[in-house]
Amino acid sequence: MWVYDKKLEYPVKIKNCNPRLAKYVITQYGGPDGELAASLRYLSQRFSMPLEVAKATLNDIGTEEMAHLEIIGAIVHQLTKGVPAKVLEKEGLGGYFADHDRAVYPVNASGSPFTAAYIASKGDPVADLVEDLAAEQKARATYENLINMMDDPDVIDPLRFLREREVVHFQRFGEVLRIVQEKLNERPYFVKKPEFMNVSPAAANVSPISNVSPATANVSPITGVSPVSNVSPATTGKK
Amino acid sequence: MNEARDSMLKEVMALDFMCIELNLYLDTHPYDQRAVMVFVDAARRAKMARENFERMYGPLTASASNSFPWPWIENPWPWDVQ
Repeated sequence: MWVYDKKLEYPVKIKNCNPRLAKYVITQYGGPDGELAASLRYLSQRFSMPLEVAKATLNDIGTEEMAHLEIIGAIVHQLTKGVPAKVLEKEGLGGYFADHDRAVYPVNASGSPFTAAYIASKGDPVADLVEDLAAEQKARATYENLINMMDDPDVIDPLRFLREREVVHFQRFGEVLRIVQEKLNERPYFVKKPEFMNVSPAAANVSPISNVSPATANVSPITGVSPVSNVSPATTGKK
Repeated sequence: MNEARDSMLKEVMALDFMCIELNLYLDTHPYDQRAVMVFVDAARRAKMARENFERMYGPLTASASNSFPWPWIENPWPWDVQ
């Protein structure tokens, strides 16, 4: 579950309103490569991840993306607060104002509302992780586009922080992908109970799986397999 | 106007951020003993800074609320223009 910490992850102190900038920054709130998409994607994918490392990373990065969502919301709010409707309309936010006034609503830079079609949650760890790598790159690129359009240092500062976080997240997902692929490529092996423990084969939980071969990177894993998973604990022993 | 509060909160933010960053690193490097030690120390310092801030300016999490009337609702909220 989540606990809310009453502070932003990075300060947002915008001194000058500027609706024109808000129109573009809002894409990182409700757009395809924005923070809502990122957090929903990672927090959804974590349920089907097979390894602790993957669950933890998706959980924690997904949580951080929610904090980023809050930063973007704060930026948009501070850029439009108190701006008269006529000025908003002149700067291209007339359509948005008609439906939302000065509220923050998840849309992209053209005003299209957020959709889950922006994310994927495939249940296949490799597919999910490479999607996450792509998502972080797209987010980074979007922040670079936004920074190139801005001229207000109060706005550029948090955007630059967010861009750097995307780069770090990309590194982390790369590590998780490497760890997951290494695990999938391991040869599973099973230990057969030695004869002297005097348990009939039918009672033992040994089943050699004959169709196992060294997995290549894109083979769906036999999940939950660990080297000694098919050894049943010793029963009462002497018979 | 509220510059003392701002600079104290900034210190809490910086120390908490260090913990977040280490947290992400440790999620993929759980056996890095030195990193765990650095985390534990950073968390301790972050906790102290947080408690100092909360003592002066009120709770940063709802469960830290400790006065009357219910202090959690008080402004400023993080997105407010100040």
